[in-house]
Amino acid sequence: MSFQMPDYYNIQDLMSDEEKMIQNSVRSFVEEEVLPIIEKHYEGGTFPFDLIKKMADLGLFGVTIPQKYGGAEASHTIYGLAMQELERGDSGIRSFASVQNSLVMFPIYEYGSEKLKQKWLPKLATGDAIGCFGLTEPDFGSNPSGMVTHAKKIEGGYLLNGAKMWITNGTIADIAVVWAKLDGVVNGFIVEKDMKGFTAPEMKHKHSLRASITSELIFQDVEIPEENKLNIKGLKGPLSCLTKARYGIAWGAIGAASAVYDSALNYAKSRIQFAKPIASFQLIQEKLVWMLNEITKGQLINYHLGRLMDNGKARPQQVSLAKRNNVEIALQSAKLAREIHGANGIINEYNVMRHLANLESVITYEGTHIIHTLILGEDITGISAFM
Amino acid sequence: MNILVAVSRVPDTTTKILVGSDGKFIDTNNVKFILNPYDEYALEEAIRLKEKNGGKVIAITVGPATAQDILRNALAVGADEAVHIKSEQNFDSFFVASQIAEYASKMKPDIIFMGKQSIDFDSLQVPSILSDILDLPLATIVTKLNYEGNMVKAEREIEGGKEVLSLQMPCIISAQKGLNEPRYPKLPDIMKAKKKPIEEIDAPNYENNIEIIGMELPSRSRLNKIVGDTDEDIKEIVRMLHEDAKIF
Ligand SMILES: Cc1cc2nc3c(=O)[nH]c(=O)nc-3n(C[C@H](O)[C@H](O)[C@H](O)COP(=O)(O)OP(=O)(O)OC[C@H]3O[C@@H](n4cnc5c(N)ncnc54)[C@H](O)[C@@H]3O)c2cc1C
Repeated sequence: MSFQMPDYYNIQDLMSDEEKMIQNSVRSFVEEEVLPIIEKHYEGGTFPFDLIKKMADLGLFGVTIPQKYGGAEASHTIYGLAMQELERGDSGIRSFASVQNSLVMFPIYEYGSEKLKQKWLPKLATGDAIGCFGLTEPDFGSNPSGMVTHAKKIEGGYLLNGAKMWITNGTIADIAVVWAKLDGVVNGFIVEKDMKGFTAPEMKHKHSLRASITSELIFQDVEIPEENKLNIKGLKGPLSCLTKARYGIAWGAIGAASAVYDSALNYAKSRIQFAKPIASFQLIQEKLVWMLNEITKGQLINYHLGRLMDNGKARPQQVSLAKRNNVEIALQSAKLAREIHGANGIINEYNVMRHLANLESVITYEGTHIIHTLILGEDITGISAFM
Repeated sequence: MNILVAVSRVPDTTTKILVGSDGKFIDTNNVKFILNPYDEYALEEAIRLKEKNGGKVIAITVGPATAQDILRNALAVGADEAVHIKSEQNFDSFFVASQIAEYASKMKPDIIFMGKQSIDFDSLQVPSILSDILDLPLATIVTKLNYEGNMVKAEREIEGGKEVLSLQMPCIISAQKGLNEPRYPKLPDIMKAKKKPIEEIDAPNYENNIEIIGMELPSRSRLNKIVGDTDEDIKEIVRMLHEDAKIF
């Protein structure tokens, strides 16, 4: 049975020809290049390196970046659609693209000098360079303002010391966008792979996001040239990157939810128990309807948020609502889909357990579900409940 | 080298088809349309030929205003220009072929590519009618092509085997699955395709040679066949699934 993206409210009709074409293109890519190999990599805990060039070739890196820097110069809606289709394949593959686009190319484009942009953006777009984003530390996750990684001004540049943890792509990255305190204020630095004193060991043994590399970043007296400092001060630097990435995750989550829904629907219609397809039982139908209902709401949120982003009108809190809602319902859908698959739900012949396990990372990174609740709570009450 | 590729817009294979209220055509509401899959091979071949020899690829379609999206698709994968012969009427193969022929006789392409059939009506007629009107050599259902000077060697599928034809350009090729591996349109190219030109031509009014009297969905009645479990029976089941039910 070929995959059918649920579209109960004909949202397709609202999309432009370009948007539809890009969605189809990324969907075919996922079907032909990602799905046939993903289970093997998930099981082995390896990242499918072959996909990097292929994704770059399709134009998936630098989606919203101008063409003169190697980007596709497309809209945020298009970026969202691409993330949705990628995560229909696997959250780890989408994570790779999120990091490269929103957490590495975006800050270099937005806060880097012209020289830095020309040096890195074209290479990042072609996949000849891979980037990572270092914000989280062993002792500072939800509270990044407490970070201890710091830079000291020296002649011609800065001396960087500290450690980051849980960093996607760290071990394979050519450059790291690292956030560190300079005179007590958060600043961004581009750390290059070969710089002395910089190491990035891989963190193994994950039970989630297994087809994605996660690493520590360790800085011991790493000398960073002046030109590698980004032109932004304070937490709004990393937070502006996170807003872009979270927006893409809100779309990606609907991709994962659609994958598990489609699988559950087909399974329920073909699995016979008590002489009937299990889809004929009310309790199964209720689960399927819940998923479709939530996916449809998520799609409408994404569609409208995309238009807000494209008009420059989206507020970060609106992005929080989308990330919070869509990842949560994707995770719940994966849980329900796994139940519907019975024992088959735990083996790799079906995608549901992989998506379920992946989504546990997705609901944790880029602001946990709770943190987005607090962001929204503060926005509507005017009272911060973080501390 | 001037290359013309004829493309058509067809309902997606996964779309649920319903008959419209007039009982003569499908209900196009809620139908997702795509570029005819066989045309993808034709388009890919055209673009590869251009990439090798230089020149220009023009994609042409005959269809309603809504058919522009497949021309954009053709432009996104590498066609240089597109021509849209606009017609809101339902039309037959002869009409489509005549419209393409009219454009081709002015453009004078060195080679015309098209899919072996459109998967909507599956008539397989346009390539042959076009060849007749333009009086150009034709190879249909082609799975392999080689070019030497102005000669084209085309390998085509025939019942139980292969046939190799040698054609002189200008000529017409209808593409079969397997001819090549079509590329996906890339994001930057999709964005650039927006700026490529689409020439619009209004199709003349006409009378179809073929009148559709009625359209019905296939009956869903079961065959209810029970066969045994010998090897011969299994072969028969495979044959029935393949040839009668056309499941694979
Ligand atoms: C696979 C993976 C990849 C990642 N990739 C990256 C990356 O590329 N770059 C990067 O910088 N980081 C990355 N992260 C880190 C991620 O962003 C953090 O894990 C996340 O921000 C949460 O931080 P923490 O794990 O330290 O949890 P903590 O902050 O310790 O939170 C633990 C629990 O306490 C809750 N909590 C925290 N504060 C409050 C509060 N005020 N009120 C109520 N509850 C609270 C949280 O919601 C959570 O449930 C990644 C994480 C994972 C799992």
